[in-house]
Amino acid sequence: MTRHPDTVADAIAHPEREQPYDQLGLKPNEYDDIRTILGRRPTSAELAMYSVMWSEHCSYKSSKVHLSQFGDKKPETDKLLVGIGENAGVVDVGQGWAVTFKVESHNHPSYVEPYQGAATGIGGIVRDIISMGARPVAVMDPLRFGAADHPDTRRVLPGVVAGIGGYGNCLGLPNIGGEIVFDPCYQGNPLVNALAVGILRHGDIHLASAKGVGNLVVLYGAKTGGDGIGGASILASETFDDGGPTKRPAVQVGDPFVEKLLIECTLEVLHAGLVEGIQDLGAAGISCATSELASNGEGGMHVRLDAVPLRDATLTPEEILMSESQERMAAVVTPEKIDAFLAICAKWDVTADVIGEVTDTGRLIIEWHGDVIVDVPPRTVAHDGPVYNRPYARPSWQDALQADVPDALARPTTAVELHDTVLRMVGSPNLASKTWVTQQYDRYVLGNTVLAQPEDAGVIRVDETSGLGVALSTDCNGRFAKLDPYNGAKLALAEAYRNVAATGAEPLAVTNCLNFGSPEDPDVMWQFERAVTGLADGCLELGIPVTGGNVSFYNQTGDVAIHPTPVVGVLGVIDDVALRTPIAFGEVGDVVLLLGTTRDEVAGSEWAHVVHSHLGGLPPVVDLEAERQLAQVLVAASRGSLVTAAHDVSDGGLVQVLVEMALRHHVGADITVPEGVDAFVFLLAEATARAVVTCAVDRVDEVVALAGAHGVPVERIGEVTGTDELRVGPTYGETLAWGLHDLRTVADATFPALFG
Amino acid sequence: MTMRIGVVTFPGSLDDRDAARAVRIAGGEAVALWHGDADLHGVDAVVLPGGFSYGDYLRCGAIARFAPVMGPLVDAANGGLPVLGICNGFQVLCESHLLPGALVRNDSLHFVCRDQRLRIESTTTPWTSEYTVGQEIVVPLKNGEGGYVASEAVLDELEGEGRVVARYLELNPNGSRRDIAGISNARGNVVGLMPHPEHAVEALTGPTTDGLGFFTSILKGLVEA
Repeated sequence: MTRHPDTVADAIAHPEREQPYDQLGLKPNEYDDIRTILGRRPTSAELAMYSVMWSEHCSYKSSKVHLSQFGDKKPETDKLLVGIGENAGVVDVGQGWAVTFKVESHNHPSYVEPYQGAATGIGGIVRDIISMGARPVAVMDPLRFGAADHPDTRRVLPGVVAGIGGYGNCLGLPNIGGEIVFDPCYQGNPLVNALAVGILRHGDIHLASAKGVGNLVVLYGAKTGGDGIGGASILASETFDDGGPTKRPAVQVGDPFVEKLLIECTLEVLHAGLVEGIQDLGAAGISCATSELASNGEGGMHVRLDAVPLRDATLTPEEILMSESQERMAAVVTPEKIDAFLAICAKWDVTADVIGEVTDTGRLIIEWHGDVIVDVPPRTVAHDGPVYNRPYARPSWQDALQADVPDALARPTTAVELHDTVLRMVGSPNLASKTWVTQQYDRYVLGNTVLAQPEDAGVIRVDETSGLGVALSTDCNGRFAKLDPYNGAKLALAEAYRNVAATGAEPLAVTNCLNFGSPEDPDVMWQFERAVTGLADGCLELGIPVTGGNVSFYNQTGDVAIHPTPVVGVLGVIDDVALRTPIAFGEVGDVVLLLGTTRDEVAGSEWAHVVHSHLGGLPPVVDLEAERQLAQVLVAASRGSLVTAAHDVSDGGLVQVLVEMALRHHVGADITVPEGVDAFVFLLAEATARAVVTCAVDRVDEVVALAGAHGVPVERIGEVTGTDELRVGPTYGETLAWGLHDLRTVADATFPALFG
Repeated sequence: MTMRIGVVTFPGSLDDRDAARAVRIAGGEAVALWHGDADLHGVDAVVLPGGFSYGDYLRCGAIARFAPVMGPLVDAANGGLPVLGICNGFQVLCESHLLPGALVRNDSLHFVCRDQRLRIESTTTPWTSEYTVGQEIVVPLKNGEGGYVASEAVLDELEGEGRVVARYLELNPNGSRRDIAGISNARGNVVGLMPHPEHAVEALTGPTTDGLGFFTSILKGLVEA
């Protein structure tokens, strides 16, 4: 199809043309900035590029001023090979191996179209990993939905789960963990975050830059289609005649088969040394890839947009620039190596086309059938977008929320009440078994999964010979973050850190996915500023750097924002995966020990949520020094094979931990409530920096000594009996007993009853 | 002399690394075979691994059966070469008419990944000779289209000729007729299995090591032959 595009010459000749910048999400001041940069009005193609690249999602314009804390407060570490700012951070895990990992949000698409939204979330994060030169080895999904029994949750959750499974299973990546949390605050705005982890040798790191004048720019992978265009169709329909197709689907459609080929093809061209620079195409598609590659390299690039292979020949140049069609990559290749590069693409049946070359003109020039439609300094598109220091202020309601302490909530007063409360909580959606979900994910493929859900963290073997492995956990309690965003972020970090340590891995590095409401709301911006500060401070205190992350704003329905939900992922290293510690109660006769200090902390707890629908007060005290000491004990105990099981205490308190340890392999235990401790507090409070471990009777002294050496309180609380019951006493003068079959039935029934 | 077991990689094969690892752990040499190469390179047996060949957007295995490597493979299988198709490999064998019947969408309509108890029903195949009849094993199962179907006559024939190799116990995960998890051809050299023995060869990464027997069986049989 031929129609005259809006060329640079047109823009100069017709400066008066009105442009729909506001409908593309640009503010008047931003549009003026573009005109100043260019010294003329932008062409419609340029307007398309700036509008997507200067969007909140791509430019971090509201968050940048705060995110700089992650760099400013970076702890001293020699483990970080590539830091924030690249596609994903790279961490040294020893023996010449490195690991790259990152988590991103796909919240809004997943609400509109759950299956494809969640599927393409996996696809996008996996391409970030391969563009660093790493082989992806696992994925995880932190998910949050509205009320479990809300009809719309029945629409969203099964679709999201099927999308994650449908894409991840077909890619051949084990799904090793994640979270599923329900809260009414997510009803109109579920959170679908996706984490991927990849491994590589130190020498295999690749970065996104277009180096070497005269080198060729290759677009390879899927053809470009009309999916994920969103706003670009406005340009097409408003600026030009209305003869062409206008409304395009806003949500991208995934093809995991092509992505699998893209993984193998990309790793092969990288290992063959055929690539000078590489970039995945995600949000903002070709606009992003060309402007970022150019501004990170020699500074210029000349692109022939009509060389881009299309799925739909009617696409306009603006739409091609903005298309978020999935499964595409861009590589910079020398002319001498282009034939070898294309041959490997052909071997994998991957479409590949040279669409341009690297220049040193300092300009990104894009042609469409001979007409110049883009002529811009690439840095102004990719890096020099607007930066906002948005106003923020402590919300007027924060004091009242924190003053609404849970002291008056009715607690169980008899053994029977406590027994029934526990059963009710075990079957509540946030604590119930997630098997209905996780059995839709392949956790075995690649043959290196050492631990997967429902363990504390996923553990993946990196090196089959040495046994080197990594552990990963993602966590966040949004209720804690709502009560106190600063400490809530630290608590999320502490939980992920503790989970990793519980498997025996030493925590090394942090990624995050910061899910918040509108940055234009000072209340939300305050939550964001507090959470970022808390996370940065926490990472400095624990000595583990943030390697990268993602911000998702505008998670709200009308004026009501979600709970601030700073999801934190922690990566740890374990020298020999054979020594990893599982959560299941071990041998009959093993002793059960509680590490850490129990306090009467129930504000924001699962008990307050399930039993009283209450949220108020201050979250549990966060003591990162205690967390660090606890982690040292857990890691040392694993290395010395001192313990047979370990499980961190978090949502649902100690009793939930005991239930999970018992149900894992159907092994019962007898637990004693320590003298002078209230049974309710002992079982249901959510004091942090605690873990339960089991060990053989003849190793108890060593474990106690180890804990003592690190200043971690330790208490012997029971014995693994191997019976069919979990017994706890004395509670209000009686011994409570829950049959494991009953617990299993209650825990397993919830999801099938809700979701079929 | 080390036995050489070929593992075919189609576009979209996923468990090829796992199958090769299982061969190595059992003591054999794994030989990578490429879908576009119509040559078996003199291997002593072949594993068609799990995955989603060509994305399985059409009927599972329907495109893979036309891959160049399948020409010599079908001829060799008809000539007695031992072939094990796991999951997607089983589907490819059915599409290639080396095995009867077909695999259809799970009756639950969901993909299912679980540790599955099986009973070994036949030890006369070269892939199961190290097991005992009636032996119960636990190996991972993971499929979206794993329900085995065939006509009643074919099912009766399979049962009558002792060609049901393994059966699901405790729970039928996908609606397979007569709880069938695996079958063989009449000669016994070609076996299709929906569960994944290659994921149960190391205590560290599998639920058990019960799957190793498939790989030690073939290697032992080849040595003795």
